[in-house]
Amino acid sequence: MDDAAVIDEPIEAEPPIPPPRRVAYRHRLPTRLWHWLNALTVFVMLMSGLMIFNAHPHLYWGQYGANFDHPWLSFHGRPIPGWATIPSTYNLAAARRWHLAFAWLLAIPLILFLVTSLLNRHAQRDLAPSREEVKPSHIWHDIQEHARLRFPTGDAALRYNILQKLSYVAVIFLLLPLMVLTGLAMSPAMDASWPWLLDLFGGRQSARSIHFICAALLLGFILVHLTMVLLAGPINEIGSMITGRFRVPLDRSEEA
Amino acid sequence: MIDRRRFIATGASGLLLGGCDRLNNSQEFRGVLRSAEKLTMASQRLISPRDALAREYGEADLSPIFRSNGTARPGTDEYAQHAAEQFANWRLQVDGLVARPLSIPLRTLRTLPHRTQITRHDCVEGWSAIGKWHGVQLWRLLEHAGLSTRAKYIVFHCADRFGDKPYYESIDLVDAFHPQTLIAWGLNGHLLPIPNGAPLRLRVERQLGYKQAKYIERIEAVDSLAAIHGGKGGYWEDNTDYEWYAGI
Repeated sequence: MDDAAVIDEPIEAEPPIPPPRRVAYRHRLPTRLWHWLNALTVFVMLMSGLMIFNAHPHLYWGQYGANFDHPWLSFHGRPIPGWATIPSTYNLAAARRWHLAFAWLLAIPLILFLVTSLLNRHAQRDLAPSREEVKPSHIWHDIQEHARLRFPTGDAALRYNILQKLSYVAVIFLLLPLMVLTGLAMSPAMDASWPWLLDLFGGRQSARSIHFICAALLLGFILVHLTMVLLAGPINEIGSMITGRFRVPLDRSEEA
Repeated sequence: MIDRRRFIATGASGLLLGGCDRLNNSQEFRGVLRSAEKLTMASQRLISPRDALAREYGEADLSPIFRSNGTARPGTDEYAQHAAEQFANWRLQVDGLVARPLSIPLRTLRTLPHRTQITRHDCVEGWSAIGKWHGVQLWRLLEHAGLSTRAKYIVFHCADRFGDKPYYESIDLVDAFHPQTLIAWGLNGHLLPIPNGAPLRLRVERQLGYKQAKYIERIEAVDSLAAIHGGKGGYWEDNTDYEWYAGI
């Protein structure tokens, strides 16, 4: 106990004036535009992709795979319900139109983001974990803090924490590029032009399986991401992704 | 302006409802989606050498059973007659924009120089099967017939019917002159089985399965697809809005 603090405490305290909430500029315009474009595009890609999956709901490893072969995952009938597909009733042709058009909106901005974020060092500065952060003790501490729903405050809230960094890096630099590349590996014309796609994934049917697995992981990321936005204060979080401006949560020491 | 606002509002509510069905049924929106097909085709053609070969596999990679899809046996009396005769009287017509229309007996066609290739067949539904195909390269037939410089597309007329509609398909000259594009008469060391398109089928290895027309009776060179059946270049293209360019 700090004696000085006790002595300095006025006996009849004025109600404390809350310190003004700092507003920080957190997301630049290209990031915000890309985020909302992706919110739309990934949603369309997942739902139209699930309709395409309905056409042959069996997954295989290797170069080939059809009804007489051995799937590692297999469903009867059309397993994906209409509320989760585009369009909502079975239509492979329409689902392909959606999927192969929105694929451009996913792939081209992704490439632009990957290139510019590396060139302007956004990736290295804001997304790459530091050596200190990847220590198991630090990661474990962050997991505990998240589990207690104690999110970073003050200046720490302006930086991505290690769990955010790891998940954003995984999605942006691994899952999304894998979605695009495995998608291309399913194209017979691309396989003729870029045969390394087949070698990279071990065959067209392996690429199709990886495409599906990455889509499932992406869906998992979205669910966790949305949950975290709700828990961290949806108005401030969503607002900052629209306007770029983020009201910085008070430092816990200031609050106390 | 109001229309645009209404369009956006309709779009947003459609998206929020999760169905997107309203957008899907809008001809304007489908038109926008369709434009991606041209972009995809132009991009793939841009980065592909004209004669880039589809991967050719080894004997060990063959699918144990090469499944068939679509028509398993054309239902017409004429076809039944041909099948009963083991296709001894089947002829392949080559006509349209050619200097010398051909009518080639199947027997003769099988004696022409042929190519054997083990390639992967990719169905639009998602499955793949690897088979060994034997057949005549299409460019040889077109050269023999003297293809006109006005020709832009090659149309394949087939003996199978969906209801009263004949199956047909079409490709452009880039694919028609590709070295792996065959009029195939054999699969896995045997004459083509009926479910796989006996006696003649197309192999166009850089596109999906529905382009691989089976039961081919006639090859026609044209400068436009507009006047043929539904005008979109193929049975599925006309009837379910599959892409004409099936490279992806």
